[in-house]
Amino acid sequence: MIPAAFDYKVAESVEHAISLLTEHGDEAKLLAGGHSLIPMMRFRLATPGVLVDVGRLDDLRYIRRSNGTVAIGALTRHSELEHSAELAQACPMLSSVAALVGDPAVRHRGTLGGTIAHADPASDLPAAVLALGATIVAQGPSGRREIAATDFFTGYFESVLADDEMITEVRVPATGGGWNYQKFNRRAQDWAIVGVAVADGGAGVSLVNMGSTPLRASGVEAALASGASAADAAAVAAEGLEPPTDLNADSDYRSHLAQVLTQRALNAAGVA
Amino acid sequence: MTITESAPAAHVGSRRLRKEDPALLTGEAKFIDDLDLPGAVWVGVVRSTEAHAKIVGIDGSAALAIDGVTEVLSGDDLAPLWGEGALPCAWPVTPDMKNPPHLPVARGTAKYVGDAVAVVLADSRYAAADGAAAVVVDYEPLDAVVEIEDAVADGAALVHPDLESNECYTWGLWGDNAAAVDAAFAEATHVVTERYVQQRLIPAPMEPRGCAAVPSPAGGELTLYSATQIPHILKVMTSVVLGIGENKLRVVAPSVGGGFGCKLNVYAEEILCCALAQQRGAPVRWTESRAEAAVSTIQGRGQVQHIELAADSEGRLQAVRVKLLADMGAYLQLVTPGVPLLGGFLYHGCYHIPNYIFECKAVFTNRVPTDAYRGAGRPEATYAIERAMDSLAVAVGVAPEEIRSRNFIKAEDFPYESPPGLVFDSGDYHAVLDKAVSLANVAGRRAQAAQRRAAGSSKRIGVGFSSYVEMCGLAPSRVLASLAYGAGGWEAATVRISPTCKVQVVTGSTPHGQGHETCWSMIVADKLGIDPDDVEVLHSDTAISPTGLDTYGSRSLSVGGTAVFMATDKVIDKARSIAAHQLEANEDDLEFSGGVFRVRGTPEAEVPLAGVAFAAFTAHDLPDGMEPNLEAHVTYDPPNFTFPNGTHIAVVEVDTDTGNVDLIDYVAVDDCGVQINPLIVEGQVHGGILQGAAQALYEDAVYNSDGQLVTANLADYLVPSAVEAPRYRLENHVSPSPTNPMGVKGVGEAGTIASAPAVMNAVVDALRDLGVSNLEMPASPQTVWKAISQAQGGAS
Repeated sequence: MIPAAFDYKVAESVEHAISLLTEHGDEAKLLAGGHSLIPMMRFRLATPGVLVDVGRLDDLRYIRRSNGTVAIGALTRHSELEHSAELAQACPMLSSVAALVGDPAVRHRGTLGGTIAHADPASDLPAAVLALGATIVAQGPSGRREIAATDFFTGYFESVLADDEMITEVRVPATGGGWNYQKFNRRAQDWAIVGVAVADGGAGVSLVNMGSTPLRASGVEAALASGASAADAAAVAAEGLEPPTDLNADSDYRSHLAQVLTQRALNAAGVA
Repeated sequence: MTITESAPAAHVGSRRLRKEDPALLTGEAKFIDDLDLPGAVWVGVVRSTEAHAKIVGIDGSAALAIDGVTEVLSGDDLAPLWGEGALPCAWPVTPDMKNPPHLPVARGTAKYVGDAVAVVLADSRYAAADGAAAVVVDYEPLDAVVEIEDAVADGAALVHPDLESNECYTWGLWGDNAAAVDAAFAEATHVVTERYVQQRLIPAPMEPRGCAAVPSPAGGELTLYSATQIPHILKVMTSVVLGIGENKLRVVAPSVGGGFGCKLNVYAEEILCCALAQQRGAPVRWTESRAEAAVSTIQGRGQVQHIELAADSEGRLQAVRVKLLADMGAYLQLVTPGVPLLGGFLYHGCYHIPNYIFECKAVFTNRVPTDAYRGAGRPEATYAIERAMDSLAVAVGVAPEEIRSRNFIKAEDFPYESPPGLVFDSGDYHAVLDKAVSLANVAGRRAQAAQRRAAGSSKRIGVGFSSYVEMCGLAPSRVLASLAYGAGGWEAATVRISPTCKVQVVTGSTPHGQGHETCWSMIVADKLGIDPDDVEVLHSDTAISPTGLDTYGSRSLSVGGTAVFMATDKVIDKARSIAAHQLEANEDDLEFSGGVFRVRGTPEAEVPLAGVAFAAFTAHDLPDGMEPNLEAHVTYDPPNFTFPNGTHIAVVEVDTDTGNVDLIDYVAVDDCGVQINPLIVEGQVHGGILQGAAQALYEDAVYNSDGQLVTANLADYLVPSAVEAPRYRLENHVSPSPTNPMGVKGVGEAGTIASAPAVMNAVVDALRDLGVSNLEMPASPQTVWKAISQAQGGAS
């Protein structure tokens, strides 16, 4: 439970963070809230040579609504999402999902940009931004680029983010449609065994811990679009997927849970 | 007992806040890792990554290249430190029990994942961890025995090949009763036959283990600091193992963050640090990490239970037959072999059963040793009988409370001699059950359950019972002798009154979270008529409290507290003599109440205890021949165990679509005898219930077929948190124990003993009409869902 030796650098600005990333290449890892990275380091599953601490970049902590979009700074803590009146009004699903991440200690340290960059298929917020059709803004040595959430996650703990890029902002649409998030776990503090996020009355449906990345449940979305009932749409929630097997659930049970939870989420979102 | 008069009971029985808590809550309390020991050598332990393997080579060169790492030592290098000395097992339960030599650091062969195979010495904890990670051990894997039943299968691999079998011992109780038991089964109308598995559990106290051995600067003397429950026992054992004179060894347990039995031991690291500190003349220390704790600290439970009940047509029990297979792990730790025996006396539960027979076969496996874990044998016994009683209720066609009521030992039968020959002290099991049934509104819950079933709801309600009796107050020394235990069961206390009438209590019970300081103060304060804040309680340091047998088995209050009670009486006796001398009265004419001695019938003739204390100190005018000062020492050996009992009722809601189990109500009616501090009693019961419910629903030390622990961290090993805790509703029934003067019984393990079967019985009750008649622990959502699917003939 003691991490391997590492160097520690404090980033004074986004540009400084990127220059440190460029300088140290794949030896470097960004440290934001640290609630995913540090446990992995303590188990020596992650042994970065250099930690670049971006936790003091307070200008990346904001929630701003303009027109139909909410722009959220990458270093905004889960607890800030959870308690933001503005977000609760503009995008209640995101606040509500944030309130279910880990425990209070995790939510007071963990950041939205950090959890998305970590790309854990079992995390709540990546699946939520996926269902919402968010846009992820990343900055690197050659400037900024915008990445659709649907294009962001590429594999188990992997994304399109380059070694010298960092997420600076996440933009989610302010949606009026019905929404719901079903998180199934054994203890409140745990990752979801399976989770289902429904946004905008079923226009966006995503799955947690049903594959190597957070997944859009495209079969469910297509069925709903063609007029299927919630029950019929939920029945295809696990179709074509190869959910993982672990201590809590084998692949069959996960597929079953995905169907049950999808139907519950759709019903709670007002989809009959 | 000659002194029966006392001050009005102002504090005993009140919900007094714990005097221990300010230091704990503000971080003032010093735990083992808080000790500042300049110049200490840090130990990093290289642990086997194989369940069973020959150690072919140990390469420390990469470790030695790390800044701060000074030495890498193999088991062979270290062997001269302990010679033939091995880690002690104090409970050779049978004369022919197999006890393979258990070295602090293995030589030649590693026997379990976590077995120490080498040691790194370094100048910091970080360097020690880096060094331990860098040591390269070359293993030649051997076949491993992982599961209990595999250990006794034909052709099983051998954990200790020179023993020629994996059997450690076979111990039976009442074996000459076999014919009578067989006859009862032959005549029985109802026979229940069940097999239950007690999964292994990983103790997870807030503070893992740790120790530091500090030699005196001039040499010759050694102080061992350890996060232990048993400094006194540890001192004797360390002295024996390493040949250090007891007069040269001091053991101190600083603040200890819980133990649940896992710190009731003598561990390799304690012996290692002492031996190295002696050899090097420098402090040597080790702090366990949480990941290390999962594979190097003892685990609990680990049994396969076969229980059979024979009953007549009315469901009245005629016989119980129990056969256990118990997993010792790879070696025997301090009381490993004795744990199943503690349960062996209790498989007949709270029931009057004429015929009883018990047999336990203990086996070695390639896993970390098992040992005492909250309840130690008694939760296992209660689980088996209470689950089986529900099966019997179904067979007879009566409610679970009715089958229990028909078989309970009756209140008028106390003291009751149990089938294996224990004398149960007191209780009223029927009254306790009735109170629980009414508090839980069992009738209303059953109506709700029926309504849900009728409506085809996927949210099923289940009600589960567990009635228990346990044996606490370990223990009468002669009884321990008859069980071949290597020590006695007494406890010591000293009470001193200072010149200004403040009180010092020295106790041999070693607290690690229980609240001894608060309770002992309340007991003494009431007897002396003073404020509990005027009492200090000293403990946990063999230099301050040289005599004691420490804390385990719910023994502290009924044995250690009784010693304090009796020592206080002894002090009052002496004070009375001095007061009589001062008042020129006859001792027999004095009464003592509210801290004042008075001559009966002469109200103005009185002297306060403070006056007596000062007179005892100055010694200017004491009765002829009397020693100065007010001080008394008592070593109390209990005449019997105590037998706390109770009925718990769990109510669960099971989601049949997902298999999820919610504990929606939990009622406990406990009889722990007289309560000193109900706030502390409730805390023990709350935590205990959740620890048992954790076994029922969450916790499981899962090993794969290679003997790798796959739940080796607290993300995979599911210790529940406050969020998962049920809503507790507690009531009491007080039947004072006649065994000790306060009438106390003990409550440290009751919740854990009762709750696992209550919860499991509730889950099965919720699902019985769907065809589910048994479930193994833990009843995880997947386990429950698959059981339902299977019972319904669906896919699983």
